Amino acid sequence: MSTPTSWGNLPHTTATLLPVNRRKAAFPAVEDKVLPYGLGRSYGDSCLNDKGTLLLTRGMDRWISFDEETGIICCEAGVSLDEILRLASPKGWFLPVTPGTRFVTVGGAIANDVHGKNHHKAGSFSTCVLDFELLRSDQSRTLCSRSKNASLFHATIAGLGLTGLITFATLQLRRIVSPMIEVEQIRMHHLNDFFRLADESNHSHEYTVAWIDGLARGESVGSGIFIRGNHASEASDLSWKAKKTAAIPLNAPSWLLQKQSVKIFNALYSKKVKGERQAGSEHFLPFFYPLDAVDNWNRLYGKRGFYQYQCVVPRDGNRGPIHEILDRIANSGQASFLAVLKVFGDQKPEGLLSFARAGVTLAMDFPNRGPKTLKLMNELDEVVRQAGGALYPAKDARMNPEDFKMAYPALNTFTEKIDPAFSSSFWRRMHT
Amino acid sequence: MTHSNSTTTLILGATSAMAEHSARLLATDGDALFLAARNPEDLAPMAEDLKVRGASAVTILPAFDALKPDTFADIINQAAPFDRVLIAHGSLPDQEDCQDSLSKIKQELQINFQSTVDLCTLCAEKFIDQGSGTLAVISSVAGLRGRQSNYIYGAAKGGLNTFLQGLRNRLQTKGIRVITLLPGFVDTPMTADIKKGPLFISAEQAGICIHKAITKSKSDIVYVPSFWRFIMWIIRSIPEPIFKRLKL
Ligand SMILES: Cc1cc2nc3c(=O)[nH]c(=O)nc-3n(C[C@H](O)[C@H](O)[C@H](O)COP(=O)(O)OP(=O)(O)OC[C@H]3O[C@@H](n4cnc5c(N)ncnc54)[C@H](O)[C@@H]3O)c2cc1C
Ligand SMILES: NC(=O)c1ccc[n+]([C@@H]2O[C@H](COP(=O)([O-])OP(=O)(O)OC[C@H]3O[C@@H](n4cnc5c(N)ncnc54)[C@H](OP(=O)(O)O)[C@@H]3O)[C@@H](O)[C@H]2O)c1
Repeated sequence: MSTPTSWGNLPHTTATLLPVNRRKAAFPAVEDKVLPYGLGRSYGDSCLNDKGTLLLTRGMDRWISFDEETGIICCEAGVSLDEILRLASPKGWFLPVTPGTRFVTVGGAIANDVHGKNHHKAGSFSTCVLDFELLRSDQSRTLCSRSKNASLFHATIAGLGLTGLITFATLQLRRIVSPMIEVEQIRMHHLNDFFRLADESNHSHEYTVAWIDGLARGESVGSGIFIRGNHASEASDLSWKAKKTAAIPLNAPSWLLQKQSVKIFNALYSKKVKGERQAGSEHFLPFFYPLDAVDNWNRLYGKRGFYQYQCVVPRDGNRGPIHEILDRIANSGQASFLAVLKVFGDQKPEGLLSFARAGVTLAMDFPNRGPKTLKLMNELDEVVRQAGGALYPAKDARMNPEDFKMAYPALNTFTEKIDPAFSSSFWRRMHT
Repeated sequence: MTHSNSTTTLILGATSAMAEHSARLLATDGDALFLAARNPEDLAPMAEDLKVRGASAVTILPAFDALKPDTFADIINQAAPFDRVLIAHGSLPDQEDCQDSLSKIKQELQINFQSTVDLCTLCAEKFIDQGSGTLAVISSVAGLRGRQSNYIYGAAKGGLNTFLQGLRNRLQTKGIRVITLLPGFVDTPMTADIKKGPLFISAEQAGICIHKAITKSKSDIVYVPSFWRFIMWIIRSIPEPIFKRLKL
């Protein structure tokens, strides 16, 4: 038994780790329940399987084909988005949708139907998935797409790894002519600014996201920096090399992320933008993946780990539920330095359990300070529940099973598609 | 199917995790690759992958089983002419399970020593005819000192080290390189059941070292990674009267 972790370093679990390196190999004979595990970039327990077996998928990291004319790429499910970018972007192809870290596997991106800064334009990850193969514990192999085995396709997208093991997938990439992003950073003084900028940028900008100062209170709620960008249209050299990353070698002491240090960080971050508005062009690496520059930054939160709270709620004017949520967080004084706000588009999600849906999404980290942290999140849940919103399983270690059922109405249809040999800590927690 | 302008490399035991990661980098260089392994069907996904990475050609050879020496000459003839060979296959037996069984010892020595000696001899012959070539063999630091916990494997690798040394000595005037690769601990299927400590490196990192050893470095004996040179220097300098009492 080993002690695998998720990105938030909580909860603590044990599991047998079983590498799956060959996609054509038979489904492994295992007594206990299994769950695929990619790069473990989910925060809570949806990638964990306490006292069960984790099928480590990273060894399935081979290319199958890449058509440089059409941008169609077929690869094994353990290939990371980083590897796709390294192979394809120098040839003018880019991921149509990418989350805030490139160190996730294709299988993980499908299983959570991840979203990026362009959700309002492009939808979530499923939109670039043409098909994938699903290996189930009965040894069946099913090629799933929108036209073939569609019900298994829609159950496996955002299927939390419970419908079987994705062995390979085919993705449609998008063209770029430059690795640069034309970026604009605009200061926001309150939440009205956020909504005004989001509306204004909805058509003009492919990528929009806002960084919020979670400690700002009263009239300043929602102050921060609005970031929007488009791929540069002027052709330039597409080759690149990631800079050597810094690393956090050990868990940090717990004082590090106390309120004072967060205040200092926020002040510094906010100073990054001189004046009210700053424009320029930036390589796609720092634009999409600022956190990837530091390996294991999650250790900053110490050995007690941290929660990420990500919800989506209907907008409901400029003082709707998101205002209430930010207000409650600010008054609690528990905010940390990572808080991100974004308006999702209203495309119909393709996965039965897809999280990204029309509304406003907030993602914020909370260092684990025990009951006090849980209490705050329970209070935020009330607002989300009232508003008819949803929490993101990929980021969750503590949501209430009732809220899960309410937010994911296709749950029963989904449950029928689960592979009986599969389970996860998250799934069991939702069914106790 | 050799391409006149690209280097051709033959890989024996190509399904090995270290060999696969080395092959990926050779593919990126545009090499033409010949792959041989016990189960050729396992090589198909690897071959697809290597083509996407830029290999100018990838050919899967008929089954290569280290326990079937009669097939070796044919496998090598099918790949020839080639510029380089990487011999990677190996087996890490459970010491207690094999130390008292003559047949098991024989089998392990066949896989880890005799088969490689045969293959090297056949390849050397080709390289001598060609007047050039690089022969790279994955041995092990375990061959540098005998220990009770794995001396059958260690003896095979140790014998291999000596064999390669002699072969290098013989071939050095003929423009043929002989490289002894000495990995320490690498996280591969071979070590799946061993608890991973800080000395372990990934198969990908090992691949980077091996690729560099084959394509760039001039060294004859390459530790994978290099810090094992230091560790083994210490281990080798412990006097035998003391060493024999240690539980290693
Ligand atoms: C810094 C950071 C930023 C992030 N930003 C975003 C963001 O902007 N948007 C967003 O949506 N998410 C974001 N995430 C979350 C992350 O994108 C998802 O959790 C993603 O699913 C992680 O992928 P993984 O390969 O690490 O999978 P894991 O976390 O290991 O597993 C995730 C799920 O995928 C399943 N799975 C993995 N491989 C397979 C397979 N081969 N077959 C079937 N199921 C499989 C697992 O069982 C599990 O249910 C972020 C995470 C981090 C750490
Ligand atoms: N891992 C380490 O820590 C370590 C340390 C020092 C040295 N080494 C050496 O490194 C080399 C590569 O091993 P690895 O670590 O990459 O492990 P691996 O992935 O398990 O590879 C072992 C390879 O040997 C092949 N093999 C085993 N028996 C064979 C036989 N009878 N005939 C033909 N091929 C056979 C296997 O083929 P199948 O795919 O068909 O099983 C596989 O390709 C080996 O020589 C090993 O001794 C390893």
